[in-house]
Amino acid sequence: MALKLAQSEFEIERDSQKCISCQVCVRQCSNDVHEYDSDEDIIYSDNDKCVGCHRCENLCPTGAIKIKEKEAEFKKNYNWTSSHLRNIYKQADSGGIILTGMGCDKPYPVYWDHILFNAAQVTNPSIDPLREPMEIKTFIGRKPDKLNMEISKDKNGNTKIKLKTKIPPQLELSTPIMFSAMSYGSISFNACMSLAAAASKFGTFYNTGEGGLHEDLYGFVNNTIVQVASGRFGVDKNYLNKAAAVEIKIGQGAKPGIGGHLPGEKVTRDVSRTRMIPKGTDALSPAPHHDIYSIEDLSQLIYALKEATDYKKPVGVKISAVHNVAPIASGIVRAGADFITIDGFRGGTGAAPLVIRDNVGIPIELALASVDRRLREEGIRHKVSIIVAGSIRSSSDVIKAIALGADAAYIGTAALVAMGCHLCQKCYTGKCNWGIATQDPYLTKRLNPEIGTRRLLNLLHSWSLEKKEMLGGAGINAIESLKGSREHLRGIDLSEKELAILGIKHAGEAW
Amino acid sequence: MNYIINAEKLNYRKLNLKIRNLLAGPNNNAVCGSNGTNPSITIRNVLGQRYIGDGLEHKNSIKIYGTPGNNLGAFMDGPVIEVYGSGQDGVGNTMNSGRIIIHGDAGDILGYSMRGGEIYIKGDIGYRGGINMKSYSGKVPVIVVGGSAGDFLGEYMAGGIIIVLGLKGKKVLDIPFVGGKRLVGNYVGTGMHGGKIYIREEPGQCKTGKEVRKMKIDGEDRKILYKYINNYSNLFDVKDEKISNGKNSADNFFKLIPYTHRPYGKLYAY
Repeated sequence: MALKLAQSEFEIERDSQKCISCQVCVRQCSNDVHEYDSDEDIIYSDNDKCVGCHRCENLCPTGAIKIKEKEAEFKKNYNWTSSHLRNIYKQADSGGIILTGMGCDKPYPVYWDHILFNAAQVTNPSIDPLREPMEIKTFIGRKPDKLNMEISKDKNGNTKIKLKTKIPPQLELSTPIMFSAMSYGSISFNACMSLAAAASKFGTFYNTGEGGLHEDLYGFVNNTIVQVASGRFGVDKNYLNKAAAVEIKIGQGAKPGIGGHLPGEKVTRDVSRTRMIPKGTDALSPAPHHDIYSIEDLSQLIYALKEATDYKKPVGVKISAVHNVAPIASGIVRAGADFITIDGFRGGTGAAPLVIRDNVGIPIELALASVDRRLREEGIRHKVSIIVAGSIRSSSDVIKAIALGADAAYIGTAALVAMGCHLCQKCYTGKCNWGIATQDPYLTKRLNPEIGTRRLLNLLHSWSLEKKEMLGGAGINAIESLKGSREHLRGIDLSEKELAILGIKHAGEAW
Repeated sequence: MNYIINAEKLNYRKLNLKIRNLLAGPNNNAVCGSNGTNPSITIRNVLGQRYIGDGLEHKNSIKIYGTPGNNLGAFMDGPVIEVYGSGQDGVGNTMNSGRIIIHGDAGDILGYSMRGGEIYIKGDIGYRGGINMKSYSGKVPVIVVGGSAGDFLGEYMAGGIIIVLGLKGKKVLDIPFVGGKRLVGNYVGTGMHGGKIYIREEPGQCKTGKEVRKMKIDGEDRKILYKYINNYSNLFDVKDEKISNGKNSADNFFKLIPYTHRPYGKLYAY
């Protein structure tokens, strides 16, 4: 059936007065949207191929191009929306599972936007972070149950206090933000390099994902968290030894409960070396770790990794935020994890089935609040650090997360946006025009790692400044003092139930 | 130099620390470097201690008397572990190189994601043996099972070699998951996209996953089989006529290989 039922989502407007036929757009588009007709000296654009990444619009020297979202030509229907129709047409054409990239874009409630932060007035002074010390350093790792001190007097009669408790291994973060797991393969080497260099320069951490550790990134190993996932790609003794911490990946917010398939086309020579698999083969990460069917089994992998790294590195576990996340997290603490990463359902991905991304999991705000409360109730909150991920969009999201009980936040999408990502959600095609989610050398060179690093550093710097301002305004001079302090938060436009789960009062309710 | 450890009433953490201190300490490096003879360790009275050999990198020999616990030789990269007893679950988990020899049976997920080295099991193994095994850059992991294997053998296998000899050990027919006289359980090679599995039985008996095909063995396969069967016979001093008959030892095997190294390439709509 030669029907063309799926309509294009975008409309390309080219101002012929401004267009000088320089063909920058033609060269920049990896989706072959623009084509130059030399006979007529005109550039034609094919709406159907456009993914809405805005690369051509950004780079057009005369500003002749505008990418607009196309008004759906389907008959308006609030139930059968154009995205439902497009998907059905595509599935009827192909018979396949619809893939997508980045995080869920459906209009589910964003609780961050229903939470307001506090400020000090009269009864306690606010603090000016420009003049007064403001501590946003934090530590990721298991904290001891109690601290034993040895108090003695030296020869001159001065009291000396010595810490006797052995502190478990910790990661020291200069700011409570890390770059979340993005593998080499899902993103380009230049993107990995930018993340690694920025984390290292700023004194925080990036995460290799399940992509192995490229030897050119060995210089940043002190700021590297390596991941052990079900496919065990690139995992060997050297990988574990080099890292600052190890994260066992059980789940990802964008695709809870399912594995990952890196298509063979993306397994280039270099990616194959880093993942330690043959070039061109699919890199298949099964949905479960087949050595983990229970909390006891998870504990075994945690301790297998601790034994392999001589108990010198924190070993954490990453799970996606699902309905029973709180008791699962409690089990993970008891299994011996030093940190738990919870990835909310709006978390990003390089490729995930659309149906999973948009329908499975729960928001990170609710998951965090319920995990933090559960661990407190059980008296084990100190035994683990909580890292939240899954759409942390701004410094205020970080501040609110910390007040809700997080120790630190992972940012993935925000970091990619800092490097140029325009959220077109086509990462899975490998044709990223911004040179991020691609292995095509023609495209990857568009991201200069030095510029990428600088932009990421700027982002970390500005978010850190903003956090200090928010903290100071609330009369707090250390991020540790904010942790789990929900009294600093108020909900707006939330139901009793939502407020109860978040453990916060409604705006307008005082002490 | 041979060290002897008595593991009786020794917690796994203390036992493994002892091993690490003996082998991975600076003295060991000196010994390794100077005369090339690496120290070996004999551990007696082992009773379920986990993670023995976990992450060890030197080419030492470790002899274990008793039953080591789960994750024996996990992330291991070099040593030779010989167990005079049976192994439990997770033997050779994500192992990179070295050799594990078990004079008994082993449990589930043997050789999970193993990238190199060899595992020889005299008897049977449990479910999901050799899953996610991969081969890379000259490294070819090998698992040789003397008896039978449970369901999902070689699931998601991406490289390497699994050989099931099906010798009539006393346990072969007792194992419940084998079901009658089959040597391996159901779903052999499900999701397999690399490597080879050799099984010594009638191909019709074997219940495979849909991603693999059954093939007759060729000359190259015979060489592989001959080599590893020979190793097996020598390691366990087995004189079974079914496998020790020189050039004919490879008879009666068939081979499973994947149809494609990209089994799920057409799963998605782009």
